[in-house]
Amino acid sequence: MSRPVRFNIHPIEARISDAVAVAEAPEGYAGEGFFTSKLSDVVGLARKNSLWPLPFATSCCGIEFMATMGSHYDLARFGSERVGFSPRQCDLLMVMGTIAKKMGPVLRQVYLQMAEPRWVMAVGACASSGGIFDTYSVLQGIDQIIPVDVYVPGCPPRPEAIIDGIIRIQELVGQESIRRRNSEQYKALMNGYGIE
Amino acid sequence: MGLTNEKIKQRLTEKFGEGLFSFEESYGMLTVEGPKDHNLKVLQFLFDDAELNFRFLTDLCAVNYPDQPGRELAVVYHLHNLQENLRIRFRVFTAITEPDIFTASKLFSAANWMERETYDFYGVNFVGHPNLKRILNVDEMDYFPMRKEYPLEDQTRVDKDDEMFGRG
Repeated sequence: MSRPVRFNIHPIEARISDAVAVAEAPEGYAGEGFFTSKLSDVVGLARKNSLWPLPFATSCCGIEFMATMGSHYDLARFGSERVGFSPRQCDLLMVMGTIAKKMGPVLRQVYLQMAEPRWVMAVGACASSGGIFDTYSVLQGIDQIIPVDVYVPGCPPRPEAIIDGIIRIQELVGQESIRRRNSEQYKALMNGYGIE
Repeated sequence: MGLTNEKIKQRLTEKFGEGLFSFEESYGMLTVEGPKDHNLKVLQFLFDDAELNFRFLTDLCAVNYPDQPGRELAVVYHLHNLQENLRIRFRVFTAITEPDIFTASKLFSAANWMERETYDFYGVNFVGHPNLKRILNVDEMDYFPMRKEYPLEDQTRVDKDDEMFGRG
């Protein structure tokens, strides 16, 4: 018996609107040919949808991050297409994995080399708290040496959790005032870590 | 392949007499203990002797026995005769208050880093070592973490609840 052959003679046209999510415009006053809004909203919109992550991967959480960047989970959908390996070009430091005490100064230097504005995400139990490595050689959470914006729990966290962390970072980035980094509170936080 | 544990024992007893003691054989591997002042003489003899020919230092490490007063620290040399594919273990003991052992780095280049590691974790002072400083831990560390008197856990952690870790 011969196999029935099916011809795709009436394909459904793919609609571009189903595949692309358009970022919502910030609040503002729109008229014919012009739109006014707050500068910080526009800057925040641009920043949050074009984050350049710097992966600082030291162990299994780094493997999960590789899956997150791969085609199945595809972090590029959220505007984080471009993973940079130079701290001077990047906005988001993603620390994934156990940080030994001996590596602490290295991580801190990488953070210091990043330009403002910069955000930090601690991925996984080890980066957040030392995890199972409750021992003399392991740093008990990277927030002992650099400020952290978002913690992603898990050992290791699934790619969905890492994407959730990225979206929370995007919320922070989008809502942040462009003058926040000049604020007394921010300066006090940096001084708390001994960073000028 | 004529070399056996009995032959090694016989050869060592001929040379050092009562100087070497506590001959043991665990899992087929000969273990011998010597006085700490003569560790280099024994190692040199094992290296040079035409029959013994132990010319490869597989491992060098220390063990802390806190309940043996006067001999709390053991330094263990694992030696390998590559031609006969035979291994032995040579141990010397020292008091923790005076952890001075002569360095084997002149005889085996491999001992250089191994002795630095042993110093790093147990504080064994290898006399004559060319560069005896910490190799794995942070330079600022002010104790020897593998000695039994120090807890393994990190003491800076504040959120730790001993009951949750099964030692309440």
